[in-house]
Amino acid sequence: MAVIPQSEFQRRQARRKWMGRAFHGLCLLSVCIALGMLAVLLIYLLQQGVTGIDWSFLTSFPSRHSDKAGIKPAMLGSIYVVLVAGVVSFTLGVATALFLEEYATRSKFATLAKINIANLAGVPSIVYGILGLQIFVHSMHLGNSVLAGGFTLALLVLPIVIVAASEAVRAVPPSLREGSYALGATRWQVIWRMVIPQAFPGILTGVILAVSRAIGETAPLIAMGALTFVPFTPDSPLSRFTVLPIQIFNWTSRPQEGFRETAAAGIIVLLVILLVMNAGAVILRNRFQNKWE
Amino acid sequence: MARNVVSPSLGKGTRNAWKRTFSERAIAVALFLSAFLSILITVGIVAVLLFEALAFFGDVTFWEFITGTRWTPLFSSKQFGVLALVAGTTLTALLAMLVALPLGLLSAIYLSEYAPDRIRRLVKPILEVLAGIPTVVYGYFALLFVTPILRNISGDISVFNALSASIVMGIMILPMVSSLSEDAMRSVPRNLREAAYALGSTKLEVSTLVVVPAALSGIMSAFILAVSRAIGETMIVTIAAGQNPSFTLNPFVPIETMTAYIVQVSQGDAPAGSIEFKTIFAVALLLFVMTLVMNLLSQYVVSRFREEYE
Repeated sequence: MAVIPQSEFQRRQARRKWMGRAFHGLCLLSVCIALGMLAVLLIYLLQQGVTGIDWSFLTSFPSRHSDKAGIKPAMLGSIYVVLVAGVVSFTLGVATALFLEEYATRSKFATLAKINIANLAGVPSIVYGILGLQIFVHSMHLGNSVLAGGFTLALLVLPIVIVAASEAVRAVPPSLREGSYALGATRWQVIWRMVIPQAFPGILTGVILAVSRAIGETAPLIAMGALTFVPFTPDSPLSRFTVLPIQIFNWTSRPQEGFRETAAAGIIVLLVILLVMNAGAVILRNRFQNKWE
Repeated sequence: MARNVVSPSLGKGTRNAWKRTFSERAIAVALFLSAFLSILITVGIVAVLLFEALAFFGDVTFWEFITGTRWTPLFSSKQFGVLALVAGTTLTALLAMLVALPLGLLSAIYLSEYAPDRIRRLVKPILEVLAGIPTVVYGYFALLFVTPILRNISGDISVFNALSASIVMGIMILPMVSSLSEDAMRSVPRNLREAAYALGSTKLEVSTLVVVPAALSGIMSAFILAVSRAIGETMIVTIAAGQNPSFTLNPFVPIETMTAYIVQVSQGDAPAGSIEFKTIFAVALLLFVMTLVMNLLSQYVVSRFREEYE
């Protein structure tokens, strides 16, 4: 290596320090841009929509006049569809996680199933909509119903529930299982009375996150044929429906100025629901975290 | 507890034991069936897409589909060149990555290398809020907030354009890039950093010449996953980028992506069995294959190029 004079060394060192500070600033700037965009987004939405939210907005039907339009059928549709999706994905997701973690650990089937689940999580949501259209709407003759929509979303969020439930089940210490086995419990007794109660907060957190993903989904439900304009409330599992995000999409696509504010008001309601659910998940997680560490 | 105690009478005990074995088996089978369903979903997706797509390729040659550059199945003179849609998808995904990649990587470096623990624990969940916002909300934001600003800057930009949708999509996938990259960087062992500092490196040199190369497999896989996410994104491009399939890389004009086309057909009333209806399966199959390749590639990159320490 060439020896350099001290003055040159000091010059280079000053330059490196200066570059370091500039880079630090650049990194900080990136984070600030990201956070700033979030702030701009939320402020813009509040500005546009907050005046549109009142009791009649929540309890009215959609209308051709933006000042009379409300979200009652969309809200109810969202709640029903997400309830179906939540119950189905919870049941199937927990059962799958238990099988993979407690029964088929390290088997070839488990490896295959896990790779498969990782890939399912990356399938675009609109593809699930097409799957739902062909399987639930056409093959099973459920029509474009609440039930078909709920099943479609259940498949979409199933990987989220499986991954969360698997992690929760894995986090239950083996000593608890062994203690129960030593007392003569069968495998299912161990799972039902030991593993599930211990893993429950983790499972529940996963289900809440999955459901909050399902509430915001638009594209798969459009693809499976949910309505965009619903002047009635869904009254049975086979009733046709719309959901809040589709209603927002519908209002956004209209040319009239007035519907922008209606859409923003709908968005605020949607975001508040999501905020409440995610806050619930965070509280659950913090409350039960590190129990065994 | 009492009912688990084997009763002294031998006959009852065996019967209980038999019942127990039976229900244990039944439960195991039920759980297996649930797990098997997750595999059936994949099979179902492939089967549904292939079935209708093959019917489509009975009417239109695969060659015409994959090499044509005009896409007009909804007009009277129908042409089925999917490259017009692929161009739209590529353009938006590319531009979105131009936003998400530098911002995401720099944010990850900041959070992993520079930020004090207190700030990191505050900023990370806030960034993840960005990933949790429904895409229809981003679509609204792109069309009604970002597009007017862009149009103020340049009059050449149309109301519907790829640029606005891409910028907003980039913001949406930024947390994914930053969070996965940060995880990869934080798993780089501390002693590599210490060794570089001991040789007189500055923090910039440690970050860019030691930490990032060591975490490269994780960062690469994060990028690929982000691209896959951008390709599959639907609502932002449906709302803000237009419904005009065009074989162009001009970000200022209306385009249409593969996903937006599927939504467009779903919203109309193309009867099942018609050629318009079948096109969405061919397009969705292509979309599925593209994202699947990306996801497999990302898993391969992690497993193949991971730097193992300890």
